[in-house]
Amino acid sequence: MELIELDRVSRTFTVRSKAGRLRRRRHEVRAVDGLSFTVRAGECVGYIGPNGAGKSTTIKMLTGILVPSAGRLRVAGVDPARERVALARRIGVVFGQRTTLWWDLPLRDSYELARRLYRIEPARYAANLERCVELLQLGDLLDTPVRQLSLGQRMRGDLGAALLHDPQVLYLDEPTIGLDVLSKARVREFLREVNAAGTTVLLTTHDLTDIEQLCGRVMVIDHGRLVFDGDLAGLHAAGRSERTLVVDLARPGPPIEAPGARVVKVAGARQWLAFPAEQSAAPIVAAVADRYPLQDLSVREPVIEDVIARMYAGAVGG
Amino acid sequence: MRQAVGLYLTIARGAFRRYSTYRMATFSGAVTNSVFAVILAATFLALWRARPGLGGYDARAAVTYIWVSQALLVSVAAWGGGFQDELQTRFRSGDIAVDLYRPVDFQGWWLATDLGRAGFQLLVRGGVPLAVGALWFGARLPRSPLTWPLFLLSALLAVVVSFGVRFLVSLSGFWLHDAEGLRALTGVASMFLSGMLLPLTLFPAGAGAVARALPWAAIVQLPCDVFLERRHGLAVLGELGFQLGWALVLFGLGRVGLRLATRKVVVQGG
Ligand SMILES: Nc1ncnc2c1ncn2[C@@H]1O[C@H](COP(=O)(O)OP(=O)(O)OP(=O)(O)O)[C@@H](O)[C@H]1O
Ligand SMILES: [Mg+2]
Repeated sequence: MELIELDRVSRTFTVRSKAGRLRRRRHEVRAVDGLSFTVRAGECVGYIGPNGAGKSTTIKMLTGILVPSAGRLRVAGVDPARERVALARRIGVVFGQRTTLWWDLPLRDSYELARRLYRIEPARYAANLERCVELLQLGDLLDTPVRQLSLGQRMRGDLGAALLHDPQVLYLDEPTIGLDVLSKARVREFLREVNAAGTTVLLTTHDLTDIEQLCGRVMVIDHGRLVFDGDLAGLHAAGRSERTLVVDLARPGPPIEAPGARVVKVAGARQWLAFPAEQSAAPIVAAVADRYPLQDLSVREPVIEDVIARMYAGAVGG
Repeated sequence: MRQAVGLYLTIARGAFRRYSTYRMATFSGAVTNSVFAVILAATFLALWRARPGLGGYDARAAVTYIWVSQALLVSVAAWGGGFQDELQTRFRSGDIAVDLYRPVDFQGWWLATDLGRAGFQLLVRGGVPLAVGALWFGARLPRSPLTWPLFLLSALLAVVVSFGVRFLVSLSGFWLHDAEGLRALTGVASMFLSGMLLPLTLFPAGAGAVARALPWAAIVQLPCDVFLERRHGLAVLGELGFQLGWALVLFGLGRVGLRLATRKVVVQGG
């Protein structure tokens, strides 16, 4: 079943900028430009793209708080902007940079509010609260005022608030922003459980690891247009993604020669070697260790911005 | 219906408790209120000694007017504030998006929030100056026990009228980047026209009549007069009716304004 359907959806904003002393120039920004895609029930889709690509605008249209300038949009069979309130009871939203929680009150009060807002029956509420407390480890936090929570704890609190009413779809706009490695891992673990339980997830992020660990499918948007839709391996292939091997030698030397890798940077005894993301690092490491005075090494994963930039350059360049 | 009542009560209770977490601010606010009231009372007493019966109040009623109006000052947000401050910061930070996607009526959400706040502030920031004034200077307390509930009802309506005015001012945030100027202007107007600084009966005849017909009169002047039992019998209901009328008119205007404002944001982008 298609849960989310977009058919040539566009959204323009009119921006006024100062031009001279009194005159003001109006010009249009196309935040989303003829976007079409569908998401089936139960999928977990990564929705990525550079800053200003139109990701948040898309999510706002999907929640109904923004009307498309053109095109057709359906979520769970309804037009979000027309049936915003009815739809709100069936979706969950988490904006990483904002909170729906009451700042000065214990987390529990915000959950009680959610129970009223979403008209959750007592039995279901009790069961869902228990599940969230367990999975998100909220036990000690329920009675803590939200303003005293750390960023990671607050994010877990927000995730809980968005899921108490069993939404069919969960939109996440950068849920791991600013979190440390451990908190990120917890959030991902939780999202995996949520998705496994049947909730459709649309996840916006700048962290490719989120996608790697959660999403079978990834969509890339740039300048409001869909430029890639497929799995992560396909994205790396399309973007000719490269991983980087950072090598520390015992002493400075000439650029390393290793099959399948090329040196992109040298700084004293440290060298950076790039190699295709889908290729294993093992033979390269073996070759380097064999012929050079190796002291230490690490592998860096590609970042979204580079992958997209290269994919774009590839498309334009032929 | 029951669900809606439960929801709005939860919102109001939340606001009540949120304000109660700021103990130090509340305490120092109550002290400020009381000090202010004492200074005003001394001034009023001198004035009424020179002109007894001024504006239809005797000296005792005049100082009582001060206790009651000071007790109401913060609760009815006579110079703006309350939910207005919160909403303003949410416009600035963009958190307004969160408010818009909640499955609840936007205006109802903020009215419930403001009523919860007003309830807390009437208890603490209202109770303290009233008690200090009555014990220190004496006050003309209601003779009829029925006056107390009528006064509370009048204070509730005053908050709703004040909410109506402030909501309209807040809506400008959807259009203006900086609604601060408008807010300050309406705050000053409200201080004068509500009878917060001087009872409206002391205004020059023409101006006084106009001021008494405007919604601001419902915010301070009317609840004070109810407390002082200036009208009897059905005339009291007339006063409450005046408040209710303005409350409904302003709420309706707010509704229309909100529809235009959200249309603008949702359709044109803010
Ligand atoms: N309300 C608005 N008014 C005018 N322009 C807007 C508005 N909202 C978004 N835009 C513009 O639309 C474009 C897309 O913005 P959007 O917030 O959707 O990007 P994004 O993909 O979420 O970026 P980021 O990764 O930085 O969060 C940007 O150029 C932005 O400036
Ligand atoms: Mg964004």
